[in-house]
Amino acid sequence: MSAPILEVSGLGKRFGGFVALENIDLKVAPGERLGLIGPNGSGKSTLVNCICGTLINDTGTVQFNDRDLKGLITHERTRLGMARSFQLPRPFFSMTIADNIRVPLLYTLNAHRSEEQIAARCNELLGLVGLAGKATQFPRDLTQVDMRKLELARAMAVEPKLLIADEAMAGLSGSEVTDIVNLLITLNERGITVILIEHIMSAVMQFSQRLVVLVSGKKIADGAPDIVIRDPEVERAYLGQ
Amino acid sequence: MRTMSTWMFALVACVVAAAVFFFVPFIGKILGWGDYIYIASYTVLQYVVLATAWNILGGYTGYVNFGSAAFFAVGTYTTVFFHKLYPLPIPILVVLAAVVGGLIGLGMGYLTLRLRGAFFSIATLAMAVVLQTLIVNWDFVGGSRGAYVIRPASIVLFDSYIQYLFVIMLALVVIAVTVARTIERSALGYGFAAIRDDELAAEASGVPTLKLKLIATALSGAFMGMAGAPFPYFIGFLQPSGVFGLEYAVNSIAMPIIGGTATWIGPLVGAILLGTLQQVATVTISSAVNVLMVGLLLVFFVIVAPNGLVGVVQNLFRKKPGAPS
Ligand SMILES: Nc1ncnc2c1ncn2[C@@H]1O[C@H](COP(=O)(O)OP(=O)(O)OP(=O)(O)O)[C@@H](O)[C@H]1O
Ligand SMILES: [Mg+2]
Repeated sequence: MSAPILEVSGLGKRFGGFVALENIDLKVAPGERLGLIGPNGSGKSTLVNCICGTLINDTGTVQFNDRDLKGLITHERTRLGMARSFQLPRPFFSMTIADNIRVPLLYTLNAHRSEEQIAARCNELLGLVGLAGKATQFPRDLTQVDMRKLELARAMAVEPKLLIADEAMAGLSGSEVTDIVNLLITLNERGITVILIEHIMSAVMQFSQRLVVLVSGKKIADGAPDIVIRDPEVERAYLGQ
Repeated sequence: MRTMSTWMFALVACVVAAAVFFFVPFIGKILGWGDYIYIASYTVLQYVVLATAWNILGGYTGYVNFGSAAFFAVGTYTTVFFHKLYPLPIPILVVLAAVVGGLIGLGMGYLTLRLRGAFFSIATLAMAVVLQTLIVNWDFVGGSRGAYVIRPASIVLFDSYIQYLFVIMLALVVIAVTVARTIERSALGYGFAAIRDDELAAEASGVPTLKLKLIATALSGAFMGMAGAPFPYFIGFLQPSGVFGLEYAVNSIAMPIIGGTATWIGPLVGAILLGTLQQVATVTISSAVNVLMVGLLLVFFVIVAPNGLVGVVQNLFRKKPGAPS
């Protein structure tokens, strides 16, 4: 594997006495499409939060492009090129869809963009996720699937090198799931490394080049998707649910 | 559609201010108020600055400051302090009060901004109490007895000193409103709104939330301090219990909320309407009803029209349901 874009080593996180994550090691190669699965409460979102700086890990390190992220707060990590979507969409409710995208456009690229460039990039991103016609609407008027798309477009607006999509498809219908998977694959083809956290197995299998499984805060499998899902330990974890 | 540049807006604001300057004496004549019209207008304008300042933090970022009176008082006491040392022209005192108010805003922000919601608001109230205690025990600025600040009998270029104070406050209104409007349309304004909506999502979008909140507390504190700077010359005798009083804290919150907190128009409209109403009530009934009246209106608006008057008007002009969106 080439030098990893993301390297998590020995990461641990507790909530009080509860061990949410224990000694997690994870390497992600540039350009990779990684699926991260695990039963409810296994620590997937907690891992994302530790990687992005929303939570501070108790032990271990997170390295991004060979840089230790210790001490960097979320927006600093975002500006290094790390984006995430939230499991429960968190749009800026008082702003239009276009302005939701404008916020990261204004705050992430160091080179100053002109008003025209921002507007153009904003349209481009909304077009990419199929929300161009809804630029002037407000988040409360969006359907579930559009809300997910907005979440992804906003994450894309930080021009990330790594995108972590935390259950971007929960609650969506079959065709909507395909929509989002195709969208994520498109983004990946443009050179963005993508980590997908998902319960819908068909989507995970269609998307992932590699699969990592978390169970009760521990990594129990890491490898080619078709091999990992036939792993007896993984089967047991899922059947045991 | 609304793309007027900052300089254009400032120019328009100056023209409006000039119109107000020429118009106000006529109203005074019609009402038979004489120079009292300047006293009344000064008070209303002072509330415009306070409401606009409060709104930069409370309206744009959503952090409700209960301690506005303390920032106003800090501005007034900056003037008292320098008046005792060496009397300076009011415009310079305004700048000094802005610096002191801004620094205290920064300090308050640094100490309290990790708190959210009601806890932040309670902390601002506590800070106001601490500052008042400091002033009450500081003999140099008069302590609990208060301080006399004798205004000069006359001033060049103006008919009277009160007219001069009125013009200064008018200028502060132009500056505060122009700055507020500029913030709204800038990256800063988008960052503030993102903080108000969702801080976690704002951070994830690259918004440095702590830094922006500090900018907001500093700016808000600076403008409140500015609003207070000319006040000792206006009132003549300054008492801590007066400038730290409930009416400043309550009005600074009520006026933006009643006007609407989302834009610069809300605090302006809210302060002009409520301020004028209070002045009329003071003359016709008594000043004691002011806080009561504001309190009742505040409750009414929070329940019935949380987006304020601006929101009500916007709703009237919004497309009818069923129209293509
Ligand atoms: N802030 C917190 N405080 C206390 N416990 C927490 C906190 N966040 C998460 N947990 C607990 O940590 C465990 C892991 O939660 P996490 O949200 O990471 O799971 P997940 O794998 O994302 O689950 P899901 O598939 O349901 O999203 C859960 O038991 C959860 O209750
Ligand atoms: Mg989760």
